[in-house]
Amino acid sequence: MAGNSLPPVNLTDNGRPVLLPNEIECFFLSGVDLLCEDEPNSWFPHLKSGLLILTTHRLLWLPDTAVASSSSASAVHLSSISHIFPNKKSLKSVFASRRIRFQVSPETGSRSVVVTVVVRGKGDFDAFVAKFWENWRGRAWEESEKVASSSSNAVAGAGSASSGSGIYSSDGTVRMVGVSGILRKEQEMWESTDKSLQDAFQDLNALMSKAKEMVMLAEKMRLKLLSGSNSQTNTTNDEEMGSKEEMQELLLSVGIISPVTKESAGALYHQQLSRQLADFVKVPLERSGGIINLIDIYCLFNRARGTELISPDDLLQACSLWEKFDVPIVLRKFDSGVMVIQNKSHSDEEVFTKIKALVMKPDALRAGISPSDAARTLGVAPAMAKEHLLSAESKGILCRDVSPDGFRFYINLFPEIDRDDVYLVKDQGIYPSWVRAIPALG
Amino acid sequence: MQKLGEFKLPHFFNYPPYFTLQPVRDTREKQIQLWKELILDYCKTQKLFVIALEEEFPLFTNTVIERSLTNEAREAFLSALVSEGRAEWMDKGHRKCLILWHRIQDWADILLQFAKDNGLEDGVVTIEEIRFGTESQGTELHGIDRTILNRALKLLEQKGKLVVFKGTSTDDEGIKFSV
Repeated sequence: MAGNSLPPVNLTDNGRPVLLPNEIECFFLSGVDLLCEDEPNSWFPHLKSGLLILTTHRLLWLPDTAVASSSSASAVHLSSISHIFPNKKSLKSVFASRRIRFQVSPETGSRSVVVTVVVRGKGDFDAFVAKFWENWRGRAWEESEKVASSSSNAVAGAGSASSGSGIYSSDGTVRMVGVSGILRKEQEMWESTDKSLQDAFQDLNALMSKAKEMVMLAEKMRLKLLSGSNSQTNTTNDEEMGSKEEMQELLLSVGIISPVTKESAGALYHQQLSRQLADFVKVPLERSGGIINLIDIYCLFNRARGTELISPDDLLQACSLWEKFDVPIVLRKFDSGVMVIQNKSHSDEEVFTKIKALVMKPDALRAGISPSDAARTLGVAPAMAKEHLLSAESKGILCRDVSPDGFRFYINLFPEIDRDDVYLVKDQGIYPSWVRAIPALG
Repeated sequence: MQKLGEFKLPHFFNYPPYFTLQPVRDTREKQIQLWKELILDYCKTQKLFVIALEEEFPLFTNTVIERSLTNEAREAFLSALVSEGRAEWMDKGHRKCLILWHRIQDWADILLQFAKDNGLEDGVVTIEEIRFGTESQGTELHGIDRTILNRALKLLEQKGKLVVFKGTSTDDEGIKFSV
């Protein structure tokens, strides 16, 4: 029986091999024999049916834990392999177990021997062979030696400069290699993200608690203002009024609408805005025939202001204040929801009269009118004209005609038709005018 | 005057808004009224008993002004007829409508009159003869819809004015009057 001069493999408590610095496991094969058939052989042991681990640095053989083995875990350092015999595929090899042979010299001075790796278990043998060649040629241990020597030089005298094994590098930090390295990197990333999130939320909590204080403060002020305005028997000297208005302004500037606004004539800001708007609106209103879409005013007004733009809410508030002043314009909402600004002097009746006249013209009797036609006659924007037409329709003056040709309006004939005699057409009135205008009839 | 087949069309048939379901309530009521009358008149003169919504119905399209009633409008007008008792939906999906330009009661009266006019007060006559026989020619009974006739017969049977008995086939079904 040959002796065993192979360097041993240190195992962890769980039977895992302790790796050299920078050593990475590459391949596992089970049911492997390492045999030396040379005679004489004084040093290479007979290793039967174990687990073979190919690493970047060594071939590790571990005994099968299920089988009581007299052999212990041994390692063949790749640097001690002088030659790998190419695999000869012969008839014999087809039937026998897969095997590969290499020539290895011991650390001691004994003769080199040829060792056969017999793979009885399952495994991608060809891949193993390829990796074996690759690692043997790659000589990864030379790299680690360089690194080890340089780092051990750097860590002068500090005790634990180990070409130590496993997961800890020579400077004590956890090594980021292999799959476990990737996992560890991820873990660290998660932990740091978690920490920064926690810090952020600390700030947010601080902000929230401040916000709570702010809200309470605002409430207090609001109540004070309310109670102040109600007690009219008390001192209503100018100073107090002044400070109250100041408070309202302050609240407004922070974005809080003072509840007193509705009770008094509104906050000063909106009052001023309202007057300014009334002045501004005069010219565009005239240009658009006395009625203009609120959205258009919003755009025009803000464009004119340049900076300090107003919000839609401000605009609405300003318009609603007009009824309190003596301005000749009003805000009006149509049934469709469209909001417009129009002159107080604007009369719907006038518009309807104009529409009726338009729609009784022979062309209109034949083909109806579109919003654009009405727009031209009324001198307003087509969108505004449509609103007028819809109003006229709801008053029963017009009827709609929806077809692939579009949306058109006709004079409302229905009231003129006698339901008891549908063929009757009187001599006078809208119905006979219509009948006369249509060439298809008669 | 414009015609649809033999049917005389009123002037407002060429009024485009007539073919658009009007949104304003008062206007719509008048529109529905006019359509109801028109449908009943047309079906009566053309002796039509069923309107299928998904099929072409000449009255619902005016090729001269190039307008056609939408499905929504058709259903609205027919539903109005149904509410008035002048029509009935034949299916849950409202795809077919039975038009009662005479109410069932009226048809029953017409049947009794027919019996009297032809001396059938105690007599027997087949369904086929009522619908397509020489006696019924020129009367409104000629070509009457089967469903409607059955309903009228049932009504009269309940009143004891006649008895329906089955023959060897549906066409052999007969009636014995006992007016």
